Amino acid sequence: MISFLARRLVTLLTTLLVAAIVIFGVTEILPGDPAAVMLGLTATPETVAALRTELGLDAPAFQRFFGWIIGFFTGDLGISYAYRVPVAGLIAERLQVTLPLALMASFLAATLGITLGALAASRANSLVDSALMASAQVGLAIPNFWFGILMVLLFSITLGWFPAGGFPGWETGFLNGFHALFLPACALALPQAAVLARLTRTAVLEALGEDFVRTARAKGLNAGQTLRRHVLRNAMVPVVTMLALQFSFLITGTIIIENVFALPGLGRLIFQSVGGHDLVTVKSLVMIYVGAVILVNALVDMAYGLIDPRLRFGRGVGR
Amino acid sequence: MQKSTRLGPFAASLSLAVLGFSALPAVAQAPKDSVTICQTLEPPILDPTGGAAAAIREVTYDNVFETLLAYNGEGRIEPRLAEKIDSSADGLTHTITLRSGVTFHDGAALTAEDVKFSFERAMAPDSKNSQKWIFAPIDRIEARDARTVVITLKSFAGDFLDGLAWADATIFSAKSADKAATEPVGTGPYQFVRWNRGDRLLLKRNENYWGKKPTIPNATFRFISDPQAQVAALTAGDCDAHTNLSAPEAVPQLRANAALRVTIGRTEGETIVAMNNSKPPFNNPKVREAISKAIDRSQVNEGAISGFGTLIGTHFSPNHPAYVDLTGAVKYDPAAAKKLLAEAGFPNGFSVTLRLPPPAYAQRGGEIVAAMLGQVGIKVSIEPVQWAQWLERVYRQRDYDLTIVAHVEPLDINIYARDGYYFGYNSEAVKAAVARTKSAKTEAERNAAYQEAQRLITADHANVYLFMLPKITVSRAGLTGMWTNWPVPANPLAALSWQ
Repeated sequence: MISFLARRLVTLLTTLLVAAIVIFGVTEILPGDPAAVMLGLTATPETVAALRTELGLDAPAFQRFFGWIIGFFTGDLGISYAYRVPVAGLIAERLQVTLPLALMASFLAATLGITLGALAASRANSLVDSALMASAQVGLAIPNFWFGILMVLLFSITLGWFPAGGFPGWETGFLNGFHALFLPACALALPQAAVLARLTRTAVLEALGEDFVRTARAKGLNAGQTLRRHVLRNAMVPVVTMLALQFSFLITGTIIIENVFALPGLGRLIFQSVGGHDLVTVKSLVMIYVGAVILVNALVDMAYGLIDPRLRFGRGVGR
Repeated sequence: MQKSTRLGPFAASLSLAVLGFSALPAVAQAPKDSVTICQTLEPPILDPTGGAAAAIREVTYDNVFETLLAYNGEGRIEPRLAEKIDSSADGLTHTITLRSGVTFHDGAALTAEDVKFSFERAMAPDSKNSQKWIFAPIDRIEARDARTVVITLKSFAGDFLDGLAWADATIFSAKSADKAATEPVGTGPYQFVRWNRGDRLLLKRNENYWGKKPTIPNATFRFISDPQAQVAALTAGDCDAHTNLSAPEAVPQLRANAALRVTIGRTEGETIVAMNNSKPPFNNPKVREAISKAIDRSQVNEGAISGFGTLIGTHFSPNHPAYVDLTGAVKYDPAAAKKLLAEAGFPNGFSVTLRLPPPAYAQRGGEIVAAMLGQVGIKVSIEPVQWAQWLERVYRQRDYDLTIVAHVEPLDINIYARDGYYFGYNSEAVKAAVARTKSAKTEAERNAAYQEAQRLITADHANVYLFMLPKITVSRAGLTGMWTNWPVPANPLAALSWQ
């Protein structure tokens, strides 16, 4: 067991290191001088040189690479070229929007997806089932940013229930923050809910055919009780896995949604940083996105190993 | 838009049905003691002397920070922190008397030492000021007494006082200047409260302001870059005004909305098709003339920015009294263009690359320009680039054939006299004319020199002059005082009021 976890950990760290090298390398070879971008067309070469020195762009590449890697442990990711404040602080600030948004979307997607999936399975091949699965198909097909625009048209412009975008800040009260994040979270959750609904339906239908269902019915439980107490619990393994994997999709999905709703999250920051050639911020952000995806995958992997001993040796046959 | 509205009820039934969601209280209508101004770009920092971004000036100029002289909405310069300026007959000594009773937001009084400090900070070798030319003629600055500053110039500079009205000549206090990038402290009618990066910046009225107090106590700048999100925020009432809408195609829809007012003004952004004048075949004046004649400016204007630009025929703003209308000097004439190309030795045209920076005017305009040049046999391949790459390759290394860009600085015709500038243009006559704009002692003399420079560059077909970028201001009915034009990038809030 220990050796299994150790092996996974080594793989995880190697993957992260390779990702870091690639990200750093790409930002190094990109043409363009961040100092020149900031100072515009009329700046003198001496002015640009002064800013380059201040931004620490003159140090050798390997020195900056190790400084950057160490920064992930010490929390010092350098100073943003554009904003002239610590990158770590910028990211912490933006996480206050992106993380709650992704969590809210996860929660919505899980609640909706699992409920509707179970409902469809329990009425398999009925009109309800067909309607729900057709809706799921539509939900999958609608790009989330477009769904977001539709919701803004209805709920913000026509009905005036929600702001059309922006974020007042948590310091103005929890309800205000929640209010501002609700529409974007719905937009983000829709396709994920559709995926979960289809997966839940399949898993529940599969579990309904198992022997323990017959046993449960035989000892006197009705169909609803059986579904809730026995079937759902057994069907949840693939669903929970999918939910965990989706979390990284949700984090990256925020890049588009935050721009549609003008939310000050990580996704908007990466967009602005790329436009402003703020490479020191871009590379740390990309690393965080990549790291989040790698980490979630690794955790799911390890959790599998814990649940199913056959997977620990890498030659399991799976379900 | 009509199409998506029809789809609204579908989305509604879907989400309401699945969520069982009940309405949260509606957002309250913006109370009249505050105003929310939305703009496209967020300033990276708030110190106008630390970066060139127009967004810094759009937020801080004449709001948080003030200058000795300042531009008004008509583009005229008026006194601000300077009560009067006495200039010697030779124009080399300027004695500036500061207004009395001016304090910074931290309570410190404005003194002549602050002016001396601010300008010396801008002139220092490690200064990040992007308009150092303003201070280049200064020989020495003397704080004679608390309210008198004497500036002595090395040589006469006709544009020196104008430069003092630029945001780059902002007056700081020595105590707070270093923190200006994130916590600006100035003398302006509004003071900084909070900046939620990526979303909004909050200001409140400076109750100790030396001049006329603003009527609106609280002001918020919000930053919305997505064009559709801008329209949605205006329609939903989240924004009281947008300073320059990025969605010109949405103007008819917004005009139809009785709650909103749309005004089309001008910026100082001369949008041009720049040609690498020093590189063959563009070093041949006939080729440049052919390209100028092959492009129908009004069609580019229509396609790139829905026709809201003001057509120009030279690199000069129609807002300025010295402007010469040369729009008729080069007429759209593809047949003549073909003939010129044949005379220049290219009867079958040639192939060029058109490097386009990210703004919509360049990307959309570029497609149209490429198609028009294709009509006369010039094969154009389009290459979109990020700003950083544009600055590096086009601007710095002059590695390009054609590009489309807006030159947004006021009175920037002097770039045609600069050696090594990315146009690769070199004309002794233009250099002489530009030198005269600096040495001229009277306004009439200076304007005559500007006019000569305009005629010269147009006659040389140095670049193709398309249009001035528009400023599309949308504001809530009842809000008055928004600038129609942008002689300098600025949104002075003190002039705003609710009717």
